[in-house]
Amino acid sequence: MKQVISVLIENHFGAFDRVATMFSGKGFNLKSITIGETEIANVSRMTIVTEGEGKDIDKVVKQLNRLVDTIKVIDLSETNHVERELALIKVDLQNTSLDEMKNVCDIFRGNVVDINNKSIMLEITGPPDKIDAVVNVLMPFGILEMARSGNVALRRGEQLKIKKKEYPSN
Amino acid sequence: MKSENVRLSGADILFECLKREGVDTIFGYPGGAVLKIYEKLYDVDFLQHILVRHEQGAAHMAEGYAKATGKVGVVLVTSGPGATNTVTGIADAYMDSVPIVVFTGQVPSHLIGNDAFQEADIIGITRPITKHNFLVRDVKELASTIRKAFRIASTGRPGPVVVDLPKDVIASECEFVYPNDVDIRGYRPVYRGHSNQIKKAAEMISNSKKPLLYVGGGVIMSGGSRELALLVQENNLPVTMTLQGLGAFPGTDEHSLGMLGMHGTYWANQAVQNCDLLVSLGARFDDRVTGNTESFATSAYKIHVDIDPASIDKNIVVDLPIVGDVKHVLAELAAEIQKPPEVEEWWESITKWKDECPLTYEGNDGRLRTEFVIEKLSEKTKGEAVIVTDVGQHQMWTAQYYKFNNPRSNITSGGLGTMGFSVPASIGAAFAIKDRPIVSISGDGGFQMNMQELVTAAAHKLPIKFIIINNSFLGMVRQWQELFHAEKFSFTDLGQSNPDFVKVGEAFGIKSFSTDNPKEVDGLLDKVFKYNEGPSLIEFKVVKEDMVFPIIPSGKSVADMIVKRLNPKNMM
Repeated sequence: MKQVISVLIENHFGAFDRVATMFSGKGFNLKSITIGETEIANVSRMTIVTEGEGKDIDKVVKQLNRLVDTIKVIDLSETNHVERELALIKVDLQNTSLDEMKNVCDIFRGNVVDINNKSIMLEITGPPDKIDAVVNVLMPFGILEMARSGNVALRRGEQLKIKKKEYPSN
Repeated sequence: MKSENVRLSGADILFECLKREGVDTIFGYPGGAVLKIYEKLYDVDFLQHILVRHEQGAAHMAEGYAKATGKVGVVLVTSGPGATNTVTGIADAYMDSVPIVVFTGQVPSHLIGNDAFQEADIIGITRPITKHNFLVRDVKELASTIRKAFRIASTGRPGPVVVDLPKDVIASECEFVYPNDVDIRGYRPVYRGHSNQIKKAAEMISNSKKPLLYVGGGVIMSGGSRELALLVQENNLPVTMTLQGLGAFPGTDEHSLGMLGMHGTYWANQAVQNCDLLVSLGARFDDRVTGNTESFATSAYKIHVDIDPASIDKNIVVDLPIVGDVKHVLAELAAEIQKPPEVEEWWESITKWKDECPLTYEGNDGRLRTEFVIEKLSEKTKGEAVIVTDVGQHQMWTAQYYKFNNPRSNITSGGLGTMGFSVPASIGAAFAIKDRPIVSISGDGGFQMNMQELVTAAAHKLPIKFIIINNSFLGMVRQWQELFHAEKFSFTDLGQSNPDFVKVGEAFGIKSFSTDNPKEVDGLLDKVFKYNEGPSLIEFKVVKEDMVFPIIPSGKSVADMIVKRLNPKNMM
């Protein structure tokens, strides 16, 4: 089962390596890993996608917590969260038309970001399974090159409970 | 933060910090990248620097020093090969949670990554085998980094920390500010166990009919031996210990069942298999303890007390985890137990197992055996010596036959199983411990892996008793070859190539003796225990084909325990 873990980590030399080394050293499965700055100075956020059952994930979370550079580890799979990925996909124009590509791109609400007479580059953003779907659709046309960003994710804010108005009974 | 308004060089700051950390001994070897540090060291008078003969020796000495005292062991080496030579010692310290700080020289910052002379990425190399490591990139960060290094190494679950010091950082100057405290936001070890969990554990102990304490090195590290003894005496509980746990509870006490696991006693392992409550205290359910995890202590409710949350549910899923310092938890636990459990019948079963299959060895044929030597050693020192073992058969026999009475008396390489550990580790211990005899026990194989350090012992006139158990074989490997590898004694026979160990000892200026006669053991031991003006060495030439029993084959369960040699044709 796919699991998403969000890690707040010190933004300094070697911190990223420590996480990557831990995954390979402990033999944990690493599907994707992204890192970027956050609203806090010197703190980065890593989004890690791994695969495993609940008790394997517990081990991953514990080992992440054990690293001195990690500040906070959140298992997002357990909570309501938003997950996004970005893909740049360069498609061969020999087997398709500009219109057709534009169409596919619109359906997936993507952007055309580069074009020449041989190829077209699409930028698609969305949940990872949407990116999978785009790739699936574009594959027959001939994907020349592709870059996927890996997942980023955040926990959703808590929804305030608003009481519904009651319909007056009489 | 306290400002002292003085500008100091990196090298000066290093020693100012070591002084404030209370460091009295460092183990090191000079070289190009640390010349500036050694230049300062020449005039430093608050600590002694021990010159080793190989950097691996320095790392093991620091471990021996740390294990014997509980203080942080400190190593200072140069860049490149100086640093990489410490790697085995660092890995060893990581596996056995030994607090050491290793300062490595590094090429100047502007040359890092250029394949400069004696450059090695020691931070990258040691990342998976350190609790944490630091590359100091600015002299202004040096003092706080050293403070953090000592804090991380010695608190929580202890472990090794590497501090890499580029040559230019050491040479440059800044205002020296010693931080009174450092905040490491990602590092907050939990010391106090959850009180509700402890209450539950106390109830479980009271209500259990067949409780068993399974004690690991954590009890010794936390300094919880007294608390453990109290809990055991008040509640009449049986105690079994891991290899690292030996000494946490007196081996001569009737509550001690000795060691459990692969070469544990028959009765300790039967107790594990049959208990209804297993309380793990600062132990980590290592594969040498559990064998096949599927069949390990299946009838027991399991409580696991550990300061490292990552140890819990790692190998064995437990019923009641308590994260905290074992000493604290033990004290609270003892106070929470309302009534002692009723364990008379349980003790009867344990005694029955003990009578059924005691530890025995062949002793009537006039030939010298390791078990006999260790028994004699245990009697002579009354279990009060500091025993530093290497890895292999002699290590397991020592664990079985030496009755350790005090914590920090059993110093051995457990997790990593590093041959060559004993000689340097005993030297490290000898610099710290002056009131008890220090005995280093090695096999003929392991002894040769770090015997260059004999000169360090001789130069400092350390009264270490070096014992070589010479069976002319890599005995433990030979044992496995006989039991599990079709008796192909592949490259384990050292008989033809071993040096004359007495001459080796004498070459280093060490009083050295050798015997293969059981009748001479007493006299020789007396002789070396009386001689305390320097190191001494005894080579005991023992029977080569002896095997350590009982043995639970790797990955098997207690039911598969082999208690004696099955194939008499090998009894040459």
